[in-house]
Amino acid sequence: MSDPIIKIENMNKWFGDFQVLKNIDLSVEKNKKIVVCGPSGSGKSTLIRCINRLEEHQEGTIIVDGTELSENTKNIEAIRAEVGMVFQQFNLFPHLSILDNCTLAPIWVKKMPKAKAEELALEHLERVQISDQAQKFPGQLSGGQQQRCAIARALCMEPKIMLFDEPTSALDPEMIKEVLDAMVNLAKAGMTMIVVTHEMGFAKEVADEVIFMDEGMIVERAETKTFFANPKSDRTKLFLSQIL
Amino acid sequence: MKNISFFQIQSKSPLTNMYMGSTLLSIAIFDVFVSSFLSVNITSFLPQNISTFLPLIIGFIGLGILRMEYTGIRLLDKVNKNINTNNFNAFLTLLIIFVVIKATPPALSWMILDANISGDSKEACTGTGACWTYIKVWFRRFMYGMYPNELHWRINSAFILVIALGFVGYFFKENLKKYLALYYVVIYPIIAFLIIYYLISGGSFGLVWVETGAWGGLSLTFIVSFFCLIFCFPLGMVLALGRRSNLPAVRYISVGYIEFWRGVPLITVLFMSSVMFPMFLPEDFFMDKLVRVIIAITLFEAAYCAEVIRGGLQALPRGQYDAAKSLGMGYWKMHIFVILPQALKLVIPGIANTFLALVKDTPLIFVVGLAEIAGMLALAKTNPKWLGFAMEGYIFAAIIFWIICYAMSKYSYNLENKYKTER
Repeated sequence: MSDPIIKIENMNKWFGDFQVLKNIDLSVEKNKKIVVCGPSGSGKSTLIRCINRLEEHQEGTIIVDGTELSENTKNIEAIRAEVGMVFQQFNLFPHLSILDNCTLAPIWVKKMPKAKAEELALEHLERVQISDQAQKFPGQLSGGQQQRCAIARALCMEPKIMLFDEPTSALDPEMIKEVLDAMVNLAKAGMTMIVVTHEMGFAKEVADEVIFMDEGMIVERAETKTFFANPKSDRTKLFLSQIL
Repeated sequence: MKNISFFQIQSKSPLTNMYMGSTLLSIAIFDVFVSSFLSVNITSFLPQNISTFLPLIIGFIGLGILRMEYTGIRLLDKVNKNINTNNFNAFLTLLIIFVVIKATPPALSWMILDANISGDSKEACTGTGACWTYIKVWFRRFMYGMYPNELHWRINSAFILVIALGFVGYFFKENLKKYLALYYVVIYPIIAFLIIYYLISGGSFGLVWVETGAWGGLSLTFIVSFFCLIFCFPLGMVLALGRRSNLPAVRYISVGYIEFWRGVPLITVLFMSSVMFPMFLPEDFFMDKLVRVIIAITLFEAAYCAEVIRGGLQALPRGQYDAAKSLGMGYWKMHIFVILPQALKLVIPGIANTFLALVKDTPLIFVVGLAEIAGMLALAKTNPKWLGFAMEGYIFAAIIFWIICYAMSKYSYNLENKYKTER
């Protein structure tokens, strides 16, 4: 197997006195799809926010694509540019049109010519099926459309890894499917993905492995089939019995 | 619950109420109108105190009857809904109407009917009203201060040039749009300074030197406000960002700066700038008083701007920062393209507020001997030939300031609407 693209060793993180992440060891290989699940407050979101250093960890090492993340990391922006992220609340830029949302970072961070960036953006918007909304503003779109736009925006940076932080939790049930479809397509195209979600259907369909977290620890990590068929720990069994 | 009016007049048709109510109200207003405009008291047969309060009582009853029933007449129902909802509101409405009617005739006669504008000396003002001749004679002084009369074209043309350059941004081609901020923050102030320096100050290109002590009047108000506005905004922006910085040194310097300037009165700052500041400078170093004053006001107002802008920065959800960072944007790119455009849009009303206050603070420069429009008034009213016209002068200045400030606030509303996007 190839070297892991994300390697986390012995990582600890505190918010004040409260330890949110305890001894996290995790390595993710290229092109793998990992689903992270667990009860709320278990540190799932914090874990993936640490991967592109939106949160800083206090102990242990995180290596993303060969670069260790630490206070001394000079080119944190370069790493973030390679790690796309989709948020629960979409976080589109409301003052820019959908197209400008998608082209902003390619033009200013990757120094791409404007015409090329727009072409790329339209391609990715087409991929998530909202290219016809390109001239509108985020406020004029439905939640599902906004979230798909957020996916397209992240894809425009042509990242090596995509992080999803509960992408469907703020959506109406009707709109969840369209976003999940976009994510399934992305998974099939071979993207490395780490997805925090409660959508177990999605996990079963695309995930290679599932990680179950509770109280800041990784309780169980298993192949998707094994995870759902024979979970090892009692905590996982309890969680699955409640969620399924 | 029944209608809580204490005049329980029962009637069959709502129109009867309407006719009765409006008749009573009209009588009340007519009474006040006649007594204040024509000095005829139609209720003089009554004891004096009753006669004084009678219109109020009649009008009050009239309004009470008017709102007793829904008539279906649009205008009337609208009036009832807005200014005649209960006894207290009706009373206030009447009081305001009467005060306005009472105040109109004296104001009107003083300002227009009995006023003088002809002639060019104090003797022309014979009436009991305002003496607008005073304003007319002194008009050039109020506009240009002690600037030599024959050189006023230099001020005018400098202003026209500066204003014209201000509009240049609208005509920028698409590919130059990205330099717009650079133009307005850096290039425009420099060009404006050069224009004002060479044209109004003179001293080269064959123009006679006019020292800044001679500048004054409205043109000085404009010059001071203009430079303070364009410099204090970027400075405030930097301070606001500095106050939220992660770097302790930057943060403490910004906090210290803001708290220092917000803690001292402007008038002391102006005194310091003109009296104390030169003492700290090397002897051969000279900085014009006007420049010192502009710098002082700029530094002072920047602290206020900074706090307003910081309010906007804090109103943005954290997700915007996260999203920008996750796309690989560094601190400056994140702020220039994502954070500041949204934050500044949010603070347009607050910034407009600060700017209006700044314009109205400029008369304070009189304390260091610079006479902008209000300062010129103060000088003019002590002129022995023209004693006793302070009122006209201050009304004139008030009108001018009101026009400037109203224009600014209108403009800020326009900006607000222009940049309004749905969230």
